[in-house]
Amino acid sequence: MSHAAVDHPILDPLLAPPFPKAVLPVLRNPQLRKNVAHAIDVIQTKRARLVTEKSDWQQLRTAASAVRAHVLENLAAYLEQFEARCTAAGGTVHWAANADEARRIILDILRQENASEVIKIKTMTSAEIQLNPYLESGGVSVFETDLAEIILQLGEEEPSHIVVPALHINRSQVREIFARRMGLHDLSDDPHALTAAARTYLRQKFLKIPTAISGANFLIAETGGVAIVESEGNGRMCLTLPQTMITLAGIEKVLPRFQDLEVMLQVLARSATGERMNPYTSLWTGVTPGDGPQRFHVVLLDNGRSAILAKAKERQTLKCIRCAACMNACPVYRQTGGHAYGSVYPGPIGAILTPQLMQMQHAQSLPYASSLCGACFEVCPVKINIPEVLLELRSQVVNQERRHLGRFFDPMYLGLRVANLLFSNAWLFHVAQSLGRMGASFFTRKDGWIHSLPSVGGKWTQTRDLRGLPGQTFHEWWAARAKEAK
Amino acid sequence: MRASLFITCYNDTLYPETGRAVVRLLERLGVDLDFHPKQTCCGQMHANTGFRGEAFSQAKRLVRLYQDVEAVVIPSSSCVAMMRDQYPVLFQELGNEALRTEFAALLPRVYELSEFLIDKLGVDDVGAYFPHRVTYHASCHGLRGLHLGDRPYRLLAKVRGLNHSPLPNLDRCCGFGGTFSVKNAEVSSAMLAVKLQDVVSTGAEYCTALDNSCLMHLGGAMHRQYASMKTIHMAQILAATETSPAEATL
Repeated sequence: MSHAAVDHPILDPLLAPPFPKAVLPVLRNPQLRKNVAHAIDVIQTKRARLVTEKSDWQQLRTAASAVRAHVLENLAAYLEQFEARCTAAGGTVHWAANADEARRIILDILRQENASEVIKIKTMTSAEIQLNPYLESGGVSVFETDLAEIILQLGEEEPSHIVVPALHINRSQVREIFARRMGLHDLSDDPHALTAAARTYLRQKFLKIPTAISGANFLIAETGGVAIVESEGNGRMCLTLPQTMITLAGIEKVLPRFQDLEVMLQVLARSATGERMNPYTSLWTGVTPGDGPQRFHVVLLDNGRSAILAKAKERQTLKCIRCAACMNACPVYRQTGGHAYGSVYPGPIGAILTPQLMQMQHAQSLPYASSLCGACFEVCPVKINIPEVLLELRSQVVNQERRHLGRFFDPMYLGLRVANLLFSNAWLFHVAQSLGRMGASFFTRKDGWIHSLPSVGGKWTQTRDLRGLPGQTFHEWWAARAKEAK
Repeated sequence: MRASLFITCYNDTLYPETGRAVVRLLERLGVDLDFHPKQTCCGQMHANTGFRGEAFSQAKRLVRLYQDVEAVVIPSSSCVAMMRDQYPVLFQELGNEALRTEFAALLPRVYELSEFLIDKLGVDDVGAYFPHRVTYHASCHGLRGLHLGDRPYRLLAKVRGLNHSPLPNLDRCCGFGGTFSVKNAEVSSAMLAVKLQDVVSTGAEYCTALDNSCLMHLGGAMHRQYASMKTIHMAQILAATETSPAEATL
């Protein structure tokens, strides 16, 4: 546990180490791996059961995918419609081109409100723009109200999942954090006791702090409304008690019509938590006199999204509704959890979203953080072909890297260039096979197996053997057989 | 019935016994099997690592090579998936109309081995005898790429003497992923450890698959760990008979 990355994972793509390096402390943390695997296995099992009971699941996926694709084809129009309807209903819409603009807009609103404290509904978008540290340094104390976010905030931990951000922390670790930070030394790790402790802590915040920040699951263009789905009801408290609400939403979150929620809410709940319906769905439109927040702001965040929108193959990334089914299904994520991805968005969707949000200038190791097994595409409720986008991004990374002189002699690049030459000509390929056989014989032990190889090959033999090269290739056998037959 | 065998680069080099088994099996079933000596690789390794230009030139080469054959049989799910899923994208982006037409004409004649047996030849009983306990690893490309479905099971069910132990968590990747296994060697190994636990838990003598790349990965770990289990390509099981059992391999 001495490695810094265990205690303080870096979820900033600008600073995070590359994925193969970032996984090392995680892979040596059996408690974390056990927690992650257990948590996603539970969600996966529930999801699988609820998807099976839905005979029209594939049609629902098709419908959800079509809605999201349609939105992206007409995004500008729907955003303008949302702005007009939201404004007409008493809300104020702000446009933020990047993280910095969004942070400043939010801090300015809080200053106008003379707010020194703010409560928050769980929003991963705020983590994307690193809002909390910015507000804290601007003199505003931030209090998370989602149970998982409270655990992370009090435990000074980082989220490792977008739906269940604290899934890498188990019950007894939660008890430890609550006992230490709330001063409850007799606290047991009974779920009821832990929930009661969180409730007591939260109620004081809800009653005291009149300003709140939320994310958005969906923005509805037709009505100018916002939809939030959650499991605990703490979000609903934030939506009813405060006087001021600031909603931060990525520009891709918009849906055309209210009735589109019918499809989206069905696929979201089943995919995200393996529930038929999530316990709390809140919908609000602008300001209603005498009911709920009387001042309402929406900050629409671009932060790299319109650049993704401009690209035909990558555009589908923005169809994402953040259900996290892809990470729950991912065999890589199952081993590593979220921190190794160096971004608030982990797993397969993170592997394609993060480098694109970074304009392919950072996080270039993430498109390679996949065995291309295809499980993510299979479960995605909006049919994002994640493997296809991974491959597209890999080719962009290679196009960047191969321009660097240092990469010219990189064993992997060298090997792939040589392999391409060999595959272009059968004679060359066959000569290389013979040479390879001779070369491999130096490493082949008496049992006929290779136990240790140098360079890139050593990455293979660190955990697996390789059978020695057979004395005759298939094409040699075929040629010899044909000769014999004559 | 005439067909041409695309053995694939790594089977040619590392697993010739799989090729020999395909030849024995298909010739026994009356197929007039041919082998094009100029074949090399389908381009999957380059495509999956991001070397799109290189993958394209290999893809182009392969399509040209097989344009006149009646059917292409490939005993490797991932190479077939490469052709079905990635060639269209490569040819769309880098190819011309002539190439796309040529490819469109070839694609319906490309078969993975179990597809060729069940769909093209219409047999599930190939007359095999393999008196061993076997577990079948579905492989990601066979399962989600090609949707092989029950084809492998139908073939195994008709093998006399064979006792099949179902593999738990069948849909979970073994962690190979081509260059992923060296680029992310540690995660790949962690995935492999989990998979191997499931495979060994079946108590089978052999783990079989329709793709030697997963088997190379699993077999490499079995050998390293002195597991009392071996890997064998399904072609070798299907080729084996009472009078002519499967070739002994390391």
